[in-house]
Amino acid sequence: MAQNLQVPLLRLSGIGKSFSGTRVLHQIAFEVLPGEVHAVMGENGAGKSTLMKILAGIHLPDTGSMKLNGQEVKFLSPSDALRSGISIIHQELNVVPEMSIADNLALGNEPRTRLGLLDRSKVEIQAREKLARVQSNLDPLQSMGSLSIGMQQIVEIARAIAQDSRILILDEPTAALSTSESSQLFELILKMRSNGMGLIYISHRMQEVWELADRITVLRDGCLVSTSNRVDTSQHIVVNDMIGRDVESLFLRDERKIVPGGLSVSGLGDGKRIGPVSFEVRSGEVVGLFGLVGAGRSEIARLIFGADRVRLGSVSVDGSRVIITDPASAIAAGIGLLSEDRKGQGLLLNRDVIDNVALPSFGSFQRFGILKFGRIRSAVRAVSDRLKIKSSSDSQLVSELSGGNQQKVLVARWLEVKPRVLIMDEPTRGVDIGSKAQIYRTINELASEGTAVLIISSDISEVLGISDRIIVIRDGLLSGEFNGLLATEEALMLSATGIEKPNSESGADPQKRSRT
Amino acid sequence: MSSEKSVKVPDKESPGKSGFRFDTFWDRWGILGVLTLLVIYMSFFAPFFLSFGNAFNVAQSISVNAVLAAGMTVVILTAGIDLSVGSMIAVSGVGCVIFLNLGVPPVLAVLGGILLTTLAGLLNGLIISYLMLPAFIVTLGALTYLRGIAYSLTDGKPVPIDGESPLQFIGSGDIFGVPTTVVMMATIYLVLWFVLERTRYGRHIYAVGGNKEAARLAGIKVKRVLTSAYVISGLTAGIAGIMFASRVRSGQVTGGEGYELDAIAAVILGGTSLFGGRGRIFGTLVGAVIIGVLSNGLILMGVPFYTQLIVKGAVIVLAVALDYFKGRPRS
Repeated sequence: MAQNLQVPLLRLSGIGKSFSGTRVLHQIAFEVLPGEVHAVMGENGAGKSTLMKILAGIHLPDTGSMKLNGQEVKFLSPSDALRSGISIIHQELNVVPEMSIADNLALGNEPRTRLGLLDRSKVEIQAREKLARVQSNLDPLQSMGSLSIGMQQIVEIARAIAQDSRILILDEPTAALSTSESSQLFELILKMRSNGMGLIYISHRMQEVWELADRITVLRDGCLVSTSNRVDTSQHIVVNDMIGRDVESLFLRDERKIVPGGLSVSGLGDGKRIGPVSFEVRSGEVVGLFGLVGAGRSEIARLIFGADRVRLGSVSVDGSRVIITDPASAIAAGIGLLSEDRKGQGLLLNRDVIDNVALPSFGSFQRFGILKFGRIRSAVRAVSDRLKIKSSSDSQLVSELSGGNQQKVLVARWLEVKPRVLIMDEPTRGVDIGSKAQIYRTINELASEGTAVLIISSDISEVLGISDRIIVIRDGLLSGEFNGLLATEEALMLSATGIEKPNSESGADPQKRSRT
Repeated sequence: MSSEKSVKVPDKESPGKSGFRFDTFWDRWGILGVLTLLVIYMSFFAPFFLSFGNAFNVAQSISVNAVLAAGMTVVILTAGIDLSVGSMIAVSGVGCVIFLNLGVPPVLAVLGGILLTTLAGLLNGLIISYLMLPAFIVTLGALTYLRGIAYSLTDGKPVPIDGESPLQFIGSGDIFGVPTTVVMMATIYLVLWFVLERTRYGRHIYAVGGNKEAARLAGIKVKRVLTSAYVISGLTAGIAGIMFASRVRSGQVTGGEGYELDAIAAVILGGTSLFGGRGRIFGTLVGAVIIGVLSNGLILMGVPFYTQLIVKGAVIVLAVALDYFKGRPRS
């Protein structure tokens, strides 16, 4: 293959790294060619971030060598890597939201006047040039904080390009982006590739990787499993490489007994952007709630759960109307919400697994006001085993767990509450494949046990894979309803964007109620 | 051809599975180690330090601060702060003595004094949780107006207790040879330990301090929990005020000035995080003992008062620095 004859921009061989006796990387060989997008995949804890931190000069490898354009290099600090032309765009962006775009772009490299003062006009001119190189016409004087995450990311890329980076590492860049922002980013990535840059792309999202990558490297447990040309491999092979065994099928759909009851929402809205919407999730049914970012999916979940104030409409559980004023009353009414923001709204990071799992259900473990710790511990252990949560002990802090295990801790929390209705907002975002499969299994079990499950997700294959029925939200309103087995990706996207065939105000779709 | 496969995955060792971990050990026992070293040092260099009588001295001298710090721990666990506790000492002491001198039965007078500061704590809590104002500012204001109330009640003068009073049992009495204030202090710590560690409410205190939004979405009535923390702080400050008044046998309008800072210092020394959600009530007791042992030992060594302040301040900064470095993630 022609590209393999090129001199790689970067070549790693025999890279190894241990932290306090634990080997996290083992004999890694890896290269990036000019003009390629090289995807790195692996479950959480596979060693992707450590490898990237070595490339970015944050960690020094214990063994192995790094060659940049054929020259042996050693990065002692992040600025060494930067000077050698390697930039990294972290998952958590590195911007100062209070400062303007121009100031952010100039950060650390501010042009000065002859008197040594900051040269304001030059800062602005340079900013315009830098933005032009990423084809962005943002106003450089706008404050960074007023931009969407996607836009901030583009500004960060502009900064990296301006530093003459030859290699750009993107760590889960689309995790917080809307679909249109993602496609804008992809365009930029392809343009950088055609300019001869080498891009390292880390993502859990198979679809994106397939769309962008020239080659795919899979890591597992700190070892290199495979490096393949995308055209020579398949998604199935890559997934198997990642988890080290064959996934029969990620999505499970047992024969479900869908019966009346569960959740029924009518005319729900916040009086402004959301609703009124009416729908139901019957007992034993898994309903997917799909929509673009910003369409109001999470807002609807929060309204049902009483996390935000409800202005309009009513909610019923198992046929009887419930009055929900706050999350406590929603839980009392039999509704649970797994929130999309794991760290911000879910976990108590500085508490242990027991406290995190038992948090809403301490009340059921007391006698005469005294907590029964023995019973709490065995209940938490049972539910942790059911979800296969990997922790060194029940008293390990959840902040030390991997993202997948953290998410399973939150799922365990709701399993312990045993709600009649469980709303799960992005249940598998940023979660490794193994944990993902476990969460899907659990959703399936919950439905078989008669729970009404509402799944909110921007992962379209997930929605299609696990839902019995799918409802689509656009601009705060219901825009379509589909049978989960018959719906297609295209139909969902059309309904979510409303582009081709705008729905009538009835919100009905021809495919509605095709399953009884 | 570039699909080279090399699958060799070694058994993954799960990190930190068992064995000794310094950070956990330090978290639990570190501050006790500091106290032990301090006691050993003082035993050698401070005359008369190591005696039964002096141990009671230290225990009695720290009791007011330790009781303040107990309630303060609950507040700080919720990621709050209560600066008004020093002034509450004056309010409850002055209030109790005025009730006594009006002929109110002693038990009711004591409860009356405590009730005043408990209500002040309730007001603090309601403003902080329902109006969502910063605790620092709300309790800073309370620090000033409560002191003002104490002054107004007595026209700025201390009020001595008329005649003999059973109140002296608290200040100078003992129960089976143990000073009453020390018994009270121990009781308060045991009760609060029980509440924090063995009740649902206690778990909710930690949860609210660790992540308010997560706690709310888990169905916890965050505002109630938050308010209650300031009520507890008002309650313990009221008790401390009674202890203080009965020791000096009068209601002192200037009593407890600056005590809030010593209480906060004890909490922080005891390993409770100012950011909330992490800490232990008995750590605070150890923190209070450290401050007491340090003052007592320095006095016995004849160190001048000014120097004592310098040493005390430095120790606090040092202890917090240790805590900070320990709390950093090891990469």
